[in-house]
Amino acid sequence: MTFDTSLIIPELFQLLIIALLFIQSVGKSSWGPKVSAWLPFMAAIGVVLTFTSLNSEGLIFWKAYKVDALSQFFKLAISAGFLVTVINAVRQPTLRKDKTTDYFLFLALSAWGLMLLSSAVELLTIYLALELSSYSLYTVIALRGESRQAAEAGIKYILFGAVATALALYGFSYILAGVHTTYLSELIKADWTFSASPMAVTGMGLFLAGMFYKLALFPFHFWCPDVYQGASNETAAFVATLPKLGSVVILVRLAAMFKPGYDITTVIAVLGALSMTFGNLAALAQRDVKRILGYSSVAHAGYIMIGLVSGTPEGLAASSFYALAYVAMNLTCFWVVSRVASDGRNLDLDDLNGLYRRAPALAFALAVGAFALVGLPPMAGFMGKLFLFSAGWNHGYNWLVIIAGINTAISIYYYLGLVRHAYTKDEAEDLPLPDTTAFSLVGAGVLSIVVLALGILPAQTFDFVVAAGSSIIH
Amino acid sequence: MQEVSYPVLTSLIFFPLIAAIGLAFIRNVTAVRVYTLAVSLVELVIFIPTIFAFRLGTADFQFVERLQWVPKWGLEYYLGMDGISFLMVVLTVVVLPLCVLCSWTYIKSREKEFHFCLLFMTSACVGVFTSLDLVLFYVFWEAMLVPMYLLIAVWGGPEKRYASLKFFLYTLAGSALLLVAIVAFRIAGGTFAIPELMEKTFSFNFQFWAFLALALAFAIKVPMFPFHTWLPAAHVQAPTAGSVILASVLLKMGTYGFLRFNLPLTPAASHYFAPMMIAVSIASIIYGGVVALGQSDIKKVIAYSSVGHMGFVTLGIFLFNLRGFEGALFQMLNHGITTGGLFMLIGAIYERSHSREMGDNLGLGKYMPAFMGFWGLFALSSFGFPGTNSFVGELLVFVGAFEKNPWIGAWMVPGAMVAAAYMLRVSLKLAWGKPSTWKKPWGDLNYREWIYLAVPAVFVLYIGLAPGFLFKVVDSSLTNLEKHVQSKAQIVKAEGQKPLETAWNSIRNIVK
Repeated sequence: MTFDTSLIIPELFQLLIIALLFIQSVGKSSWGPKVSAWLPFMAAIGVVLTFTSLNSEGLIFWKAYKVDALSQFFKLAISAGFLVTVINAVRQPTLRKDKTTDYFLFLALSAWGLMLLSSAVELLTIYLALELSSYSLYTVIALRGESRQAAEAGIKYILFGAVATALALYGFSYILAGVHTTYLSELIKADWTFSASPMAVTGMGLFLAGMFYKLALFPFHFWCPDVYQGASNETAAFVATLPKLGSVVILVRLAAMFKPGYDITTVIAVLGALSMTFGNLAALAQRDVKRILGYSSVAHAGYIMIGLVSGTPEGLAASSFYALAYVAMNLTCFWVVSRVASDGRNLDLDDLNGLYRRAPALAFALAVGAFALVGLPPMAGFMGKLFLFSAGWNHGYNWLVIIAGINTAISIYYYLGLVRHAYTKDEAEDLPLPDTTAFSLVGAGVLSIVVLALGILPAQTFDFVVAAGSSIIH
Repeated sequence: MQEVSYPVLTSLIFFPLIAAIGLAFIRNVTAVRVYTLAVSLVELVIFIPTIFAFRLGTADFQFVERLQWVPKWGLEYYLGMDGISFLMVVLTVVVLPLCVLCSWTYIKSREKEFHFCLLFMTSACVGVFTSLDLVLFYVFWEAMLVPMYLLIAVWGGPEKRYASLKFFLYTLAGSALLLVAIVAFRIAGGTFAIPELMEKTFSFNFQFWAFLALALAFAIKVPMFPFHTWLPAAHVQAPTAGSVILASVLLKMGTYGFLRFNLPLTPAASHYFAPMMIAVSIASIIYGGVVALGQSDIKKVIAYSSVGHMGFVTLGIFLFNLRGFEGALFQMLNHGITTGGLFMLIGAIYERSHSREMGDNLGLGKYMPAFMGFWGLFALSSFGFPGTNSFVGELLVFVGAFEKNPWIGAWMVPGAMVAAAYMLRVSLKLAWGKPSTWKKPWGDLNYREWIYLAVPAVFVLYIGLAPGFLFKVVDSSLTNLEKHVQSKAQIVKAEGQKPLETAWNSIRNIVK
């Protein structure tokens, strides 16, 4: 096997980070430079390296691993997301001190798995990469100090994850039996109508379940709010963002097979509609900020489906763009949540009261994040929704677009709630002092700018993902 | 005729926004106010050249600026101004300095943020009135919600949270389907550019749904009965400047939307729905008037009167004749001037008596003659007294209505009468009522108040006595609009659609 090592520089570098973390984790806890001191820099270098490899292309590892524009785009998003979550987590208050290195080791490992996932174009490779990224998260979620909630969340995540994985593997066997290949490039050529190959379509449906689980799409979303609530704010920031990117990239690759009108496409569209409606309605009733964000992510998973079912490069690009926008918006919100709950507590809506007075910059960032999630211009979420709606309209999914429009209207209430509490309610007494150091403000500022920039000047990013989308749909 | 040598619309939109950043560096409260006032005056200065450069007698969009934004989806940064936009932009830039002045002593907390919101609002409003790209329009349309929400929620009265939430939810929910309609226009027409979409003829089937989606968003913003319930709450709770902007500029966006989008883009459906819209408008006029008659809070009287006045505007729009259009557009401007003035007056007495109840503010004629003078003028204008601006507008709507169908005209009469009744009732009590609750008479208007009240007063009289200039500005745009709507509607009518059958088919198409 010969391949150009330069193709997988981002992955190799991530592996290097993992190796360093591993070495440090087996040493004494007092040993060497502190993780929080060197890891952010390494992660930043990782982002730069990924950026430089944005245009590489190639097919390696016996054609199971494809480096193309799509994968590199997602790798860049993942490494950037990893950088942000690492910076966000360096002051994790609810982690036992001797666990710090392990914590970051698992985060890095999961991010690595997601990077592999974005390049995997063969079902078994996808499966392995998926598991790699999941297993590390199973551990990380339960790491929250002595919290029983964390243990519960960890168990829920493992159990639901195991079921989803089992379904995926089961489906995988059906696909193999039905189409006799595991390579996506071959699978695309098959006829994916139910009448032509019922076994393969059933298998694909089950396989998709694994991806939907990661994405928290209805009805595979049950873990989501509980896990967000149970995990520490910093961990939830990771779980809520990066794994979504991993599953979206696979769904984008698979969606190239599904044309509008296929049974399986319709099923995905219906799940999308249910997901957005259910997520938004459930979020209306929540008080815990992370649970709100959890249900909102169920809703957003539904929106992403609009692009996937449209069957056009623009649709796939819209989904990819939306996934990126979603990660940026959510990271902004979680950044604020982590900084406001400086003692690591779970924030209730009332804990946000009067935030503008205590930390105006954080309050502003929260407003940017929340309004972006609503889809209010000029934030990233608006452009994302516009692209999705445009992609879905006239491809047989007008009803889905209308449902998404109505859902946007429903969602306003709870997103506005976040802003309302931060800006218009009076402060309560016993709130933790938010972290208003330069570190916290710069982070909030940078994330808000990213969210605004993606909304105001989306052209270049979008052109890039359209090119990526066109390369997989012919 | 001279050209404007700089991108005037872009400057108008972004100057206040960029200048607003400067507020962050000012510590002194008075300096914040002076700075904002200066910014608002510079904004006026930026606008002045367009008054001289504006070509009368043409329906074309002028001062056009057009840049690629997201080429892949055909999004453009596309601005332009015709007679209709021109009036609305005038209104916006004139109202801004008045708002700063009338908040001078009214706002006593978080002044920086308050003025930031004002400037942000102005940017967004000018953007709405000058955008020629549907998405750009939507961006400004929604962007304006956030500062308005904050204006009510932070600086408002005791029920501010409820009022602001209601305002935000109503208007944003209305525009959620507007976005879907915009996407549908793009797919059906191949572009987001409004002038190009106007050239296209869409099927009745398409127009039917597009009209409804657009009309919902605009009707909530106007607001038309029965979508008006957010308005009194928002008006009453908002600070004076908020009420002024809300009444003068924000409500106009809804009627502007009807003129700019519903009529030109969905002409056949507009004709089809016109009877319904006219009925709802008349209901708004009568309902707004009757409810206003029963209020004891002065601000509520004016708020409900807005529902009625805006009913005249929507009525004029859906009459589909030139008189109706002219009347509607004039009333948009007039309502902005007159109601803005009334709200400023209410703000002025509220600062003195800390109450908006009529009973707490009786007998002002004796102690505040100047105040009562202004009040009298605006009150007369409000119910369309001859010689004031609203008379011109209402008369035109009346003429248009009688041209269309005498019965419509007949229905408007009680509305106009009720308007006179509630305004006279309030004026009577304020001027000659027996003072009850206060001991020490308040001082009459000070210089600052004189200044910000004199501006609308001049407009009231100028438009009322010499409306000729306005006709020159708007007539070509409106004549063009009228012709356009009639001809396009004819084309679609010739296709012989049966509306209900078509509606049913389109439901099936969507569900399919």
